[in-house]
Parts: sequence; structure tokens; C-alpha cells
Amino acid sequence: MASYKLSINGGSYAVEADPKMPLLWVLRDLLNLTGTKYGCGMAQCGACTVHLNGNAIRSCSMPISAVGNQKITTIEGISSDNSHVVQQAWIAEQVPQCGYCQTGQIMSAVALLKRNANPTDRDIDMAMQGNICRCGTYPRIRKAIHKAAAMMKQPPAKSF
Amino acid sequence: MSQSTYTRRRFLKTGSTVTGGLLLSFFIPASAKRLGEKAGSNSTFVPNAYLNITPDNNVKIMLAHVEMGQGVWTTLPMLIAEELDCDWNKVIVEHAGPGEPYKHTAYGLQITGGSTSTWSEFDRYRQAGATAKAMLLEAAAKQFNVPVSSCRAEKGFVIAGDKRASYGELAEAAGKLTVPTNVTLKDKKDWLLLGKPTKRLDAKAKSNGAAQFGMDVHFPGMLIAVVAHAPVFGATPQSFDATAAKAITGVRDVVKIPTGVAVIADHFWAAKKGRDALKITWNMGPGENFSTASQFDSYRKLAETKGTPAAQAGNVTDALAKTTKQIKAEYIFPYLAHAPMEPLNCTVKVSGNSCEIWTGTQMPGVDQATAASILGLKPEQVKLNILFLGGGFGRRATPTSDFVSEAVQVAKASGKFIKLVWSREDDIRGGYYRPAFLHAVQIGIGENGLPAAWKHTLVGQSIVAGTPFQGMIKNGIDPTSAEGVMDSPYLESIPDHAIELHSPKAPPTVLWWRSVGHTHTAFVMETLIDELATAAGKDPVAYRRDLLKSKRHLGVLELVADKSGWNKPLPAGRFRGIAVHESFGSYVSQVAEISLDNGHLKVHRVVCAIDCGLAVNPEGVRAQMESGIIYGLTAVLYGEISLNNGRVQQRNFHDYKILRMNETPQIEVYIADSTEKMGGAGEPGVPPLAPAIANALFAATGKRVRKLPLQAADLMKA
Repeated sequence: MASYKLSINGGSYAVEADPKMPLLWVLRDLLNLTGTKYGCGMAQCGACTVHLNGNAIRSCSMPISAVGNQKITTIEGISSDNSHVVQQAWIAEQVPQCGYCQTGQIMSAVALLKRNANPTDRDIDMAMQGNICRCGTYPRIRKAIHKAAAMMKQPPAKSF
Repeated sequence: MSQSTYTRRRFLKTGSTVTGGLLLSFFIPASAKRLGEKAGSNSTFVPNAYLNITPDNNVKIMLAHVEMGQGVWTTLPMLIAEELDCDWNKVIVEHAGPGEPYKHTAYGLQITGGSTSTWSEFDRYRQAGATAKAMLLEAAAKQFNVPVSSCRAEKGFVIAGDKRASYGELAEAAGKLTVPTNVTLKDKKDWLLLGKPTKRLDAKAKSNGAAQFGMDVHFPGMLIAVVAHAPVFGATPQSFDATAAKAITGVRDVVKIPTGVAVIADHFWAAKKGRDALKITWNMGPGENFSTASQFDSYRKLAETKGTPAAQAGNVTDALAKTTKQIKAEYIFPYLAHAPMEPLNCTVKVSGNSCEIWTGTQMPGVDQATAASILGLKPEQVKLNILFLGGGFGRRATPTSDFVSEAVQVAKASGKFIKLVWSREDDIRGGYYRPAFLHAVQIGIGENGLPAAWKHTLVGQSIVAGTPFQGMIKNGIDPTSAEGVMDSPYLESIPDHAIELHSPKAPPTVLWWRSVGHTHTAFVMETLIDELATAAGKDPVAYRRDLLKSKRHLGVLELVADKSGWNKPLPAGRFRGIAVHESFGSYVSQVAEISLDNGHLKVHRVVCAIDCGLAVNPEGVRAQMESGIIYGLTAVLYGEISLNNGRVQQRNFHDYKILRMNETPQIEVYIADSTEKMGGAGEPGVPPLAPAIANALFAATGKRVRKLPLQAADLMKA
């Protein structure tokens, strides 16, 4: 067991944990930040995607000891009121079905749009193929990412 | 307030009170309607078990069916809101717990499955809304001192001339009235919501992490349980050594339960590490000798023997002998895991003479009764709270209540408040699979090129045998095994046919998997019809036109042919295939467009037409077709659970692959404008996809696909 100070969604959290404990379980079971999901535990499905310094990573395979002072962002840090453009696009395109994977999908999409404001279908394939959706919402995710990219170019407006 | 149900704070603060109130409502006559008292207000209007209206104008709708992605969170409220004429933005949705009013109108059990939710609630939910509106109108008429006939309802208000009162203002007075028994439903032409594309009420909560799944249940003092399951089906734990497991920081207890050995810890990570450290001796039993490779050999031998007749006409043996051209084919389908994204889980708290459960389940009533029986309680002493299901596809509808039972067993054996969490490996290896099937078919072709004789034998485990659903077996036939063949629309054009079924037993547990028997029967029928069309030198669409008499089959066939441009040439290197199949009361036809590049299959486009009768929420039907197509495509490309020496060979998403974004085709969905009987939407999109792909592959390679998933050889030219 060791002590860690984590920077999550702009706040500071102190936890005691086994150095090998994956960040996913620190978030979910120790800090009760349950928007980040467990799907496979081996970086195959992307349900656990969070950002480390803005980059999408699989928190199920990231030991807490490797986090250091990097800034962690979870779905709760994207916005709780769905004000983020990606969340707005997700709602506009009616993406979620069961919804379990969607927080991870959104985290991957936000990271993609941060580094590429104008992604092509191929860019979307590359960035999103690590996130599995068993309900098959992929066509809507693709549309929502294009929509979010378009919305980012517009002045902010309440479209729904 | 958010339209979502369980934001964390609300769930923790009010979850049990609200559910307590709901449970109470089952046992009191609707006219007594004192649910509001339990919820802390006596001015809540509770006309029936399906909705209530609070003074702040919120309309709370209780779902008899559960939300697992298929959209009932939106569709069922639409039915009430249409008749209630409430403000759609004031609708709050909750899952009802187990209770009499929530039993399935057709099945008599509280269950979400069979793509039945919308049509089976179409009258009951509209009736519930209409009843409430009638009472609000009557309350308003009294308050305004005008006849009821001069009052009208609109967006949550009753209006009479210049008088106006909100539903919230009328709630208390309406609650004192007698519930009318006879209300008139709206005429279709007056519908404001039904049949209109409507946005999901759960989309917001599912876009910001607020949506609560069973996996997200968290209470102070709750521990996490992970179970070491038997390595082979039917094995039981004999003895175990937990010394190393108990030495792991955070591990609190290790207990033996009927299905394995449970490690209970402060969090999942410690519990899983504890499980890895366990040393267990198992009583293996005969399951250890089972392998899927030899299973199909024995199925093949069985198929050569006489099975139980499922459908029969004329004399197929004589008729076959008279034909000179024949097709003989054998098809093989593997076990399939549902693999919902949310691994199975269940939270259980037992205290004295009561038990409270939190989980995502398709069969709350069965789970409640099973939990009660394990604990020696009465069902009403078990309170079951339903959260969002992170996918179901049938896996959360186990007649044996497998994961709920297991959680209750852990709580009972340990005396602790636990959340049982299955790992993905537990899920992939945990059984309750779509049963493996073998079909042996012999078709005699008549002079006109149409099938004259059809002999068809199916071999596969029964899903319902030995379960509370055994009553579904009629004359020795489990319809979930042979549906789609025994009732195939082609049979009425085939004078001599014999469909037979063998239902052997095998160690792996089996279950309904999205579209159930149709997952394999549609494939066999629709690829064989394609093969017959080729043999007759006819276009596959024209050939089906000659055979099919059902106008709904023909309707979607023509619609999809038109929308896909069936009669127009494709670019070089592109090929297409078609299939049409009815399941769960809906008729679906799909055209798949593919290309092959050096043994690599690319599915470019899938065009889909559905006739489900009235599409209550066309947006939801569209989403379910997209979903079914992608679910079906995963099975075609990758779906296979195999066993060797009793052990499941796959364990996680790296070897039980799921379709990904980069493999997803462009999908177009067309909904037939239909006034026919309503069917389902959750499952019927799955069955036609696989045969449409296989028929497209034949167009590309000249080879027929007889086995799923696709093998490398299927993707090379003959």
C-alpha cells in the first residue's frame, strides 16, 4: 500500500492503494466516480477511457503508481450538465442505447477532436476502434463526431 | 429536475423510500391511492400503478419493462403521454419493481424479452394515461363549475374557456375521485406523439456519466464479491485453501457457495487478486469430457435418425425420390455468448427478515422469487430495485436467476452486504449461450425450379427444457429451437415437407440470445432459397416473389430491393446478397453490399426494410435495426464459443471479438408505412443480416457458406 495524491477533474484526491491497482478501480471503488466503466479489464473495449493530460488512455490497464502528477479527466469532468459540444452532439444524434460504453466513447471522441478539429471518417475509424459498443451505435457515433466538429466551428448556440 | 432516474444523489437519498412506496402500491386498490403518503406528500395523484402526478406538475411513469438499450424508457412513456396530454418535458421515468400490475400482458410473468414490450403495453399504457386524464378533466370541471364536456386537456393543463389549471394543481382533487373503468382512447388521427420520431429520455443521463447501472451501485459498508467459478460446466467446489487470498490487503472473507468460491473484499481489485490466489479442488463431473468438435460429430449422427416432427405435409420421402435435382446441405452454428458491455452484477443486503437487491434484470419477478426461496423468505420480503441494464440481449433473462442467485448465496454464506461483480472472463466463460446447432437439409427441386420436397432436421439443446418455461414445449418441440423453419412462409408453397427436431442435452448452459432460434434458422432458410434461385437460374428477388404468398414478406422485399437499387449494376468488385425473414411479428428484409480484397471481407452497405406495423417511435425502430445489423455482423465475422476438455477456449474481447467502428457498414433503414398487426423491433433486425452477407459472398466467390462464423476459405474465390 502507498499514498497517492491525484489530480482529477481539477480537484485533488488523496488515496491509499496497492501501487498496481488500476486507475479504473481507484476511480470507481475508492472515489465513487462511476461514470468510468469496467468492461474487460485488459484495454480491449475502451469503456474505461479517461484522459491523462488530455490524452485518451484505458484506465483499467494503468496502475495508479504510473499516474504521477498527470492531470486525470473523467466523464464527470467533461461536464455534468451536458454542455460540452460532444455531449450535445451525442444527444442530438441520439447515440446512446444501453449507454454503458458511451462515457468511454465520449472520452475518446473528445480527445480526438482536441487534436483534430476536422476528422475524416478514416480518422474516426482510427481513433474510435478501441471502443466497443455492443448495441452497435457506431453509425451514430460517427455522425455525432462530425456534428461536434461542425458545432465547434459555430458560435455557441443552444440547439436543443 | 433531470428526466433521468437514478442520478447518484437521488438514488442514494430516495431510492429505498420510493421503491417502498411502489411496492405498497401493488397491494392496495388503485382507488385508495395513497402512494403519495409514503413519498412524503398526500397530494400526489396516483390513478394507477403506471403513473402518478405530483403538485409540481411532474408526471412519473413506472415501467413494467426494463431499459437495456432498446428504448422502452421512451416508448412506453409515449403511450401514456399521448393519452394523458401531459407536458412531455415533465415526464420522469422509473423502473417498477416486481409486482402484479407489471406482469407481462401476454406472458403473465414480469419479463422484458421477445421484442414484445411496445405491442404488449400498447393498450395498457394508453389506458393508464387516458384514465388519469379523465379524472383530471372531472376534477377541473368541478373546480371550474362547468360540465366535463367543456373541458379539454393540453400539455399538462385542463382548459375550459378562460379557465385553466395545471395537472399539478388538480392532482389532489383528482386523487379523491373514483377511477373510471371505461375510457375512450384517442383516434389515430389525433395522435401528437405516437408514430412521430421522438428523442430518448435517457440520452442525457447516458452522455454525462449520471446514468446508474447495476455496476454503479455503491453504499457505505458495501463490499465487493468476486467468485471463482468452476472451470467446466457442472463442476462443484470440493475444497479450497484461502490462506494466500486472505493475506491480500482488502480481502475480508472467502466463502464457498454452490457455484464456486467467493472472495469478498473492500474493492474489486482486491477481490480479484484474492480470487487469483485461491487454491481450489473441484469435483469435475462429466463436463470435463465435453468438446465442441466431437459434439458436432454426435449431432451429425443424430440428424440421420428420426427426430420429433415439428411440421409435416405430404410424404417427403416419396417426393424426394421423384425429384432428379437435389440439394443436400449441412449447417453448423457455434455457441455464442451475449457479451453485454456491462458485466453481470448484483448487489444484495440481507437484514433479519428482509432482503434488498439492486441489479439490472429482464426477469425481476423470477429473480425476486428465487432470492426469497434461497433465503427462506416470502417474495414480498425481498425488495428488488432495477437499474439501467448495460445491455441484455437475453443474458439478463435467466429462468434460473443465475447471477442474482449467486449474489444472494454469497450474501447468505458471508452475512455481508455485497455487490457481486463478474469479470469479463466470467461472462465469456459463464455459459447461458445461444445453443450450438446443426441443420441437415435435403431439398428436391421440381421441374419448375421450385422446391418440391423439403426434409429438414435440426439438432440443438432446448433452451426451455428443465426451466420454469418448460410449458413452451408442445408435442415435444421447443419452438425456440425450430422457429423460423417449422413456420417458414416458404413451406406453404412446398407440398411435401418434413421438419424434425432433436433436442440433445449437453453440459454448457444455454439461453435465448437476441432473436433466439431465428439466429440460425433464418440463415439456413435464406441461404438455401438463394441457392435454389441460382439452381433455377433466377434472380433471388424474383425467385422469392414466386414462392412467397405473405404480403408483408413481399412488401419489405420490394421495399428493400427498390431502396438498395437491386436492379441497378454495382461497381466492379462489389457484390450483394438479400434475405427476408419474419421474427417476433416483424418482417425485415436486408441487402448487404460487400467486396473482397485478398481474403479480406468489407461490408460496405446494408439496406434494411422493416414492417413492424405501427412504429410507435420510428427513431427507436431505426436505432434497433442498426443495432441488430451490427449485432448480427459480429456473429457472422467472429462469434464462436468453443470448448475443449470441457473448458471454454475464449475469455475476453481479444478472442471473443466484437465488431468495431472501422468495420461498420453504412446502414440505411426504411420503415414500411403499415397498419398491420404490431410486431417487435429489438430482435427482428438480427436474423436477415447473416444470410444476406452469405448470399453476397456466394455472388463474390461462387461458394456457399455452411458454417458460422465465416472461415478464411469462405473469403477466397472457388
